[in-house]
Amino acid sequence: MNPEIRSKYEVVIGLEVHAQLQTETKIFAADPASFGALPNTHISPITLGHPGTLPKLNRKAVEYAIKLGLAVGSKISDRQYFDRKNYFYPDLPKGYQITQDKTPICIGGGVKVKLKEGEKTVRFHHIHLEEDAGKMLHLDGESDSLVDYNRAGTPLVEMVTEPEIKSAEEAFQFMTEVRKLVRYLGICDGNMEEGSLRCDVNVSVMPVGSKVFGTKVEIKNMNSIRNVYRAIEFEIPRQIEMVERGEAIIQETRSFDANTGKTHGMREKESMNDYRYFPEPDLTPLIISEDWLSAVKTQMPALPWELFEKFTREYHLPEYDAGVLTDSREIAEYFEATCSFTNNYKAVSNWIMGTVKSYLNENNLEISDFSVSPERLAQLIILVDEDKVSNSTAAQKIFPELLKDSVKTPLQIAETNNLIQQSNTDSLQSLIDEVLAANQPKVKEYKQGKKGLLGMFMGEIMKKSKGSADPKVTTALLQKTLDSL
Amino acid sequence: MKNYSTLREIQKDLLAGTITCRQLVEFYLKNIDEKNLKLNAFVSVYAEESLQKADEVDLKIKSGNYGKLAGMVLGIKDLLCYKDHPVSAGSKILDGFEAQFNGTAVQRVLDEDAIIIGRQNCDEFGMGSTNENSNFGPVLNAVGDHRVAGGSSGGSAVAVQADMCLASLGTDTGGSVRMPAGFCGLVGLKPTYSRVSRWGLIAYASSFDCIGPITKSVEDSAILLEVIAGSDEQDSTVSTKEVEAYSELVPEKKSYKIAYLREAVESEGLQPEVKAATIAKLDFLKSQGHTVEAVDFPLIKHFLPTYYILTTAESSSNLSRFDGVKYGFRAANSKELITMYKKTRSEAFRNETRRRIMLGTFVLSASYYDAYYTKAQKVRRLVKEYTDSLLENYDFLVCPTTPTTAYKIGEKTADPIQMYLGDLFTVQANVVGLPAISIPNGEDNEGMPIGFQIMAGAFQEKELLAFSNAILV
Repeated sequence: MNPEIRSKYEVVIGLEVHAQLQTETKIFAADPASFGALPNTHISPITLGHPGTLPKLNRKAVEYAIKLGLAVGSKISDRQYFDRKNYFYPDLPKGYQITQDKTPICIGGGVKVKLKEGEKTVRFHHIHLEEDAGKMLHLDGESDSLVDYNRAGTPLVEMVTEPEIKSAEEAFQFMTEVRKLVRYLGICDGNMEEGSLRCDVNVSVMPVGSKVFGTKVEIKNMNSIRNVYRAIEFEIPRQIEMVERGEAIIQETRSFDANTGKTHGMREKESMNDYRYFPEPDLTPLIISEDWLSAVKTQMPALPWELFEKFTREYHLPEYDAGVLTDSREIAEYFEATCSFTNNYKAVSNWIMGTVKSYLNENNLEISDFSVSPERLAQLIILVDEDKVSNSTAAQKIFPELLKDSVKTPLQIAETNNLIQQSNTDSLQSLIDEVLAANQPKVKEYKQGKKGLLGMFMGEIMKKSKGSADPKVTTALLQKTLDSL
Repeated sequence: MKNYSTLREIQKDLLAGTITCRQLVEFYLKNIDEKNLKLNAFVSVYAEESLQKADEVDLKIKSGNYGKLAGMVLGIKDLLCYKDHPVSAGSKILDGFEAQFNGTAVQRVLDEDAIIIGRQNCDEFGMGSTNENSNFGPVLNAVGDHRVAGGSSGGSAVAVQADMCLASLGTDTGGSVRMPAGFCGLVGLKPTYSRVSRWGLIAYASSFDCIGPITKSVEDSAILLEVIAGSDEQDSTVSTKEVEAYSELVPEKKSYKIAYLREAVESEGLQPEVKAATIAKLDFLKSQGHTVEAVDFPLIKHFLPTYYILTTAESSSNLSRFDGVKYGFRAANSKELITMYKKTRSEAFRNETRRRIMLGTFVLSASYYDAYYTKAQKVRRLVKEYTDSLLENYDFLVCPTTPTTAYKIGEKTADPIQMYLGDLFTVQANVVGLPAISIPNGEDNEGMPIGFQIMAGAFQEKELLAFSNAILV
């Protein structure tokens, strides 16, 4: 799109983010809430909406929502009730969804996002609790639809932002932060592909400076943060072009197609729905006492931005390192644990960001699968710091052994494999002398000015020492010996 | 066999060995056989099962280790879930549906060795005042010529009235236990809202629904309440208040302060015999040393609108789950989703039920929500506050249970408003969530029973039952 036309418009984006809470059981029933079971195995009369059943609130789900609220600085309501949202769809067993319409559990709060222009806080309008619906399945070639109620009744929090996101990039960064946060809190696995984290995007455009928002369009079905970005990037010029052509934007729900990168209108008209909200009479008001709130506060883990702060301020790590290390709670925890055994924080950071991460990536593993304990990694780093082994020996020779052998210390591995660096100049000197004696013609060439041969001598010495020679010390000694010839 | 009217008499004879539970069940089964075809009170009879259970209870009695309700042969309204037994709320929409669990009240009576002999006819989802609104056809009053049973627990009342069981568990959303009890000359108790768990009670209007007994004696209602009341993990709205020894039936006071609603007793619309019987009862109370005073209840004209706005709102939502997708009835040739919904619900729900669903959908719709639902909630609060304030000065509020005795079959079905007016005196207790009982109070000129209603403060069932028992002559 012509950047000149583009710059005439301001974009207004609000997100509705649903996060499936990782409680063991559903929000109003004792059925397991886990993903991936055979269809209709995590069900009960309550989940199926059998007549005579009543919901029973899972306090764990409430606590997870409180944790999220506390993390983002929301006000936690002390008294609230649930509402019924009424509509018919086969995946909605009771014909209504139990949600919080009028009295959300968390009010306000926000998440800081890092942008090229600097930091910005995206504020929440509110966060509320509700139950998820089941899933409709349409098999190819079958005229009947199938319904799987395993997901029905799993707890969700819906985070509704203020309409103050200005670009696809902001939305992308916001979603990245939210996903990181829910994972840190351990309340949601943040998996957008499986739908445990979902995002509906409301986009509108208006002329720069306008006080009145344009007609908003809701986009659904993005199964990755990248696709949230793509959907917005598609939608903005689509809407601007329409306005430029003098066409009216219809308030509608559009679906994003990841294959084409386009959004297209869905047939059902959301605006036609009247959900007939009213207070759920089958549940008593939910009271969150001071005591309960305090108890939840004590269970709060360190948050990503708190750790980022700590890593940069206390450990003096570069922001880049702190950013990578706080990307996931598990990595950050591993880093912190390793730092309790050594003060060489930067080396720990380098190791985790380098050798450890590439090992994990190559083998498609998570840090939780990593068999080398923080203590042993620290021992290895200390070995390098003490000049007992070189960095490359540590990474290429000892590290693989550590992975295979969980008993021996890095030092023992180094010793058994003769990897301890020889910084003992006597034994080094005799090695050097041996090598130089065996290569008299080359020594002559060197003396005649072919200084590049130094590397060849080094290589020979290293070979003879089986890699155990300390390169720094060896180079110096070799140089000295050659000079004295 | 002797015609028993209380559990105590039965248990005395059971212990004396002069009768057995098997004989009792056989007696009730014989009555069902003879009368049910005409009266239509039971829609399922568990003959074999009851006889088997009777033998078990007989053994327990011999061993001396038996439950509180041993010897009680009970019927349950078709709104109560009884595991592996059909339950259909009097509706075609639940054709073929069987409960997968025992409702709490049902579980508790079973645990005390009650024998459930069958499932009783009722108005569809409890929506009706005459038990003519049932998929199984109308229930007939055992007294009079083609008179209604009252509703919605009509089958439950007639079953007791005609000795097809000793007692019944009904449900009361706007008078559905008290009204048929009144029409059939029985005792019907609606407890305080939340006194009895609603787990396993098919919802009509969640914030009004109560399970209550229909019996021949106040004592049996008290015993049943003792068993079914109390806290329950499955219902978060149920009260955790202690369950008192209701069946002691000893009034705390010698003389009570009783108020009657002037508008109800002096109303022109009251059937003369009902009026006369009510005034006679009030005079009797005075003669017994109680203080009886008339009070005005200016909000009485708002009882029915408030009740019908809120109950239809809740029921429109509660009945949404019946969509033909998961269980029960699905209309044939439903090739497409919307058609399936429309055909299924239109074919299965009866007119009255459809009327209430539509009314409830309307009052909850965005444009009318504040005008109806919000306003009705406010009026509900006002009625509650006013009723509570009366009950600070008086122990009981009394009035006739219904303005008239049982109607003729078909007499009111054409005019819903006339039908709703019959609930005028009973809905108040549900609107405010207070306990109320209907006890027999004589008959009209044609021998149709008249009911007398007594309402008490929240959780005052013990006093309410003791007083009712004392004045039931």
